Amino acid sequence: MSVFPYLVAAWLFIVGLYGLVTSRNLIHLIACLTVVQSSTYIALLSIGYQRGGAAPIYKEIPTSTPAVDPLVAALTLTDVVVGAVVTALLLAFAVQTKKRSGTLDPNELRDLQQ
Amino acid sequence: MTTRGRLTLFVLSAVGLTAVLVASLTGLPRFGSDAGRYGRLINRSAAVERHVPEAVGAVTFDYRGIDSFGEESILFAAVLAVALVLREQLDEDDLPYKLDEDPGAVTAGETTETVRLVGMTFLPLVVLLGLSVIGHGHLTPGGGFQGGVVLASGLALLYVAVDAATFRTALPDGALEPVEAFGLSAYAVIGLLGLVFGSAVMDNFLPFGHLGRLVGGGTIPLLSVAVGIEVAAGTLLVTAQFIDQLVRVMRSRSAR
Repeated sequence: MSVFPYLVAAWLFIVGLYGLVTSRNLIHLIACLTVVQSSTYIALLSIGYQRGGAAPIYKEIPTSTPAVDPLVAALTLTDVVVGAVVTALLLAFAVQTKKRSGTLDPNELRDLQQ
Repeated sequence: MTTRGRLTLFVLSAVGLTAVLVASLTGLPRFGSDAGRYGRLINRSAAVERHVPEAVGAVTFDYRGIDSFGEESILFAAVLAVALVLREQLDEDDLPYKLDEDPGAVTAGETTETVRLVGMTFLPLVVLLGLSVIGHGHLTPGGGFQGGVVLASGLALLYVAVDAATFRTALPDGALEPVEAFGLSAYAVIGLLGLVFGSAVMDNFLPFGHLGRLVGGGTIPLLSVAVGIEVAAGTLLVTAQFIDQLVRVMRSRSAR
């Protein structure tokens, strides 16, 4: 099916959001956010793929060879690395939350003061 | 709002969101069909104009170089925020990281001889791999972002193989922070030099050289190295903050 990768991306997005909403643990919540991020990577890369296309490296092949879109690949690769560090920031928040209030359950963290 | 109410609201919105997502994503050109016009243009011209065989590297550091500057600034800000969030609190002690202090008492035990041997054997190999991925960013898939993470993983093997005290003494914050700042500012300076020597900011003003050589492509390998330095130092700083946090928690637990 030629729309299957897009459906996979949409499915991952919805499932990640469901995990986010119904999460009972901050670490699990952050992992669900990572799933939502990966759905965007899949959507981006699926847009750029070309059937029968080569990798966009033109050392041996002539530049007229059809190749995969390099633009979305560049967007995705920078995003993956930056996303990992932002996830680290979220985990740092989770660590301090556990230390301050003793719980990682978002339902019990609703009040701002203890 | 109760959990039940929240879930109901989510399911209702998710149905609508799914419909919109599926409708819009299937309206795109079919998977595998011809890529966008910009992509085709870059594929045709990257090797010819910039003498850089890898089009993705040319996009990251030349055609869309300003976006990569934004991305590494996000990384810099995230590292800063981690250091801020995990800083020493008022009720915690400062950490004396001396090598002669017994490391086993601080972290979760000593590592075995085998782990130490294997880890220290792999450390220079992984560091070399990271440097290679950074340096060849314009020739093969790789570049500053990925290579920086590989380099940081190699240096973090010092913590995995030995202990926290050695890792923090060998790579203290006072050494990592200036290196990270240098990486970020080098990118900005090279971009501004494009304004001085070229026609616009982020202009590729250095000579392009021959296709496929290690030194070539103008500012692309230089920007890749700057990003690699910044990403590696930033990732090591984040790792160090988490290790410090672990040590503080274990120390406060053992003090009680």
